[in-house]
Amino acid sequence: MFISFDQVTKTYGDKTQALTDTSFKVESGEFVFLVGPSGAGKTTILRLLIHDLVPTNGTILLDKLNIATLLKAKIPELRRQVAMVFQDFKVLFDRTVGENVAIALEILGKPPNEITKKVKEVLQLVDLTDKINQFPVQLSAGELQRIANARSIVGGPKVLLADEPTGNLDPTTSWEILKILREINKLGTTVIMATHNVDIVNSMRKRVISMKKGKIIKDEKSGKYR
Amino acid sequence: MGTFSNTWRHIRRSPYQAFAAISVMTLTFLVSGMFFLLSVGSTIVLKYFEQKPQIIIFFKDTKKEADVNELQDRLKLMDKVASVKFVSKEDALAIYKEQYKNDPLLLEMVSADILPASIEVSATKIEYLPDLANLLKKEADVSDIVFPEDVVNILVSWTTSIRQVGMLLVIFLSLVSLFTVVTVISMKIALKREEIEILQLVGAANWYIRMPFMAEGIIYGLVGSLIGWIVNVLILVYASPLLMPLFVGIPLFPIPLVFYAIFLAMMLALGTFLGILASVLAINRYLRN
Ligand SMILES: Nc1ncnc2c1ncn2[C@@H]1O[C@H](COP(=O)(O)OP(=O)(O)OP(=O)(O)O)[C@@H](O)[C@H]1O
Ligand SMILES: [Mg+2]
Repeated sequence: MFISFDQVTKTYGDKTQALTDTSFKVESGEFVFLVGPSGAGKTTILRLLIHDLVPTNGTILLDKLNIATLLKAKIPELRRQVAMVFQDFKVLFDRTVGENVAIALEILGKPPNEITKKVKEVLQLVDLTDKINQFPVQLSAGELQRIANARSIVGGPKVLLADEPTGNLDPTTSWEILKILREINKLGTTVIMATHNVDIVNSMRKRVISMKKGKIIKDEKSGKYR
Repeated sequence: MGTFSNTWRHIRRSPYQAFAAISVMTLTFLVSGMFFLLSVGSTIVLKYFEQKPQIIIFFKDTKKEADVNELQDRLKLMDKVASVKFVSKEDALAIYKEQYKNDPLLLEMVSADILPASIEVSATKIEYLPDLANLLKKEADVSDIVFPEDVVNILVSWTTSIRQVGMLLVIFLSLVSLFTVVTVISMKIALKREEIEILQLVGAANWYIRMPFMAEGIIYGLVGSLIGWIVNVLILVYASPLLMPLFVGIPLFPIPLVFYAIFLAMMLALGTFLGILASVLAINRYLRN
């Protein structure tokens, strides 16, 4: 899926301008890092892409569709194609690990046996197989992070927006997650990852969009964190 | 997983609310069912009396048969008379024997001699009854005139009051249970705000989010109406033997099984309707978009 931001501005309330006249394009199948200090506007960009936020100004295109003016009834469909790993995980605390991941498939109307199979596979991928029947309160922050990651990829989205998917993870586990994201990207999924992880950004040699105070200050083909 | 387990989770998490919802639904259907049965029963009794020959003239033994025949012919020619039926002493005995066939003691005491002959005159309209009665009173050798207009009138007023009181109670209780279930489901929706938001963020369709709440309302309605039906049927089954002797000759007992089935289907349908209505009201109020 082709993504384009054209002169997008997002103002929260009256004053906080989280994004100012931002324009960029992401080709289908690209892997992009979104970096910048806290409050730069990374999360804002990702939330605009799933229509969790509506831009104050400007056009956001997904292929040819302007999602700034998307019909309400079409929002669920958008979010199935464009999945997001949320910075605060957004797991359901009254459902088990397995059930949390299964949601992404249930909403697609997949048959139960396929759901069970895929949930097992993806939990193996994020190394949570032994926690499948536990509830989130029993888990560490890093384990919650991995549930969030697993849920976002299990449905096979066209675009994956990962907001700090390695936050709370030790370096080894972080690299495991990166490996998964790269794998998915190779299979054709566009990946946009917002991160503060300098090591990962610097060693991956992928496109890096650097932001500061709601503006893009640098956009490099195989960039570095700065 | 799926809708049912989600719904079950909702209910299990707050058993007191579920108990309140089901109790009030049960009460509603218990009372509604009772009034329905009363109304059906009294209607059948009323129909029976309305169709019955409306005036019965009993003759003294001194009345000559020729006179009776002449009276019958005369009555048959009148506009106000629908039909005339002669019941001889022997016929009367046969009817008596049939009615009390289970009671040998009563059967022994009676012979055709002591039962009077009679004619049953039914009028084309209930209003003609007083006229006919007055006319017949002038006949010679009449021992008694039974004039059941009063019975019908009493039954009509009973049936009407049962229906009116029943209607009011049913409407009132339905509203109470509707509001109770709306409140319970609204509370659930409020408690699950975060969960709903998360489900929306991962792309759950509206129906997926609403379904567990709908199912919850439907379950309250179904369980309430089912218990209401069971209790009503138990009451009927236990009361039947006691009531039967009171309604000898009236086609009320035994109650056909089909009636129980239709009764159940009606209750379940109404329960489902009430449950859906309640959840839709709650959802529309607290779960816009
Ligand atoms: N709901 C909100 N209401 C008001 N202001 C907000 C809201 N969300 C974010 N902001 C503001 O918008 C700006 C951009 O926030 P955003 O979350 O996009 O930053 P970020 O780059 O993701 O930061 P971090 O690295 O800390 O996650 C910040 O100044 C923030 O305070
Ligand atoms: Mg952020």
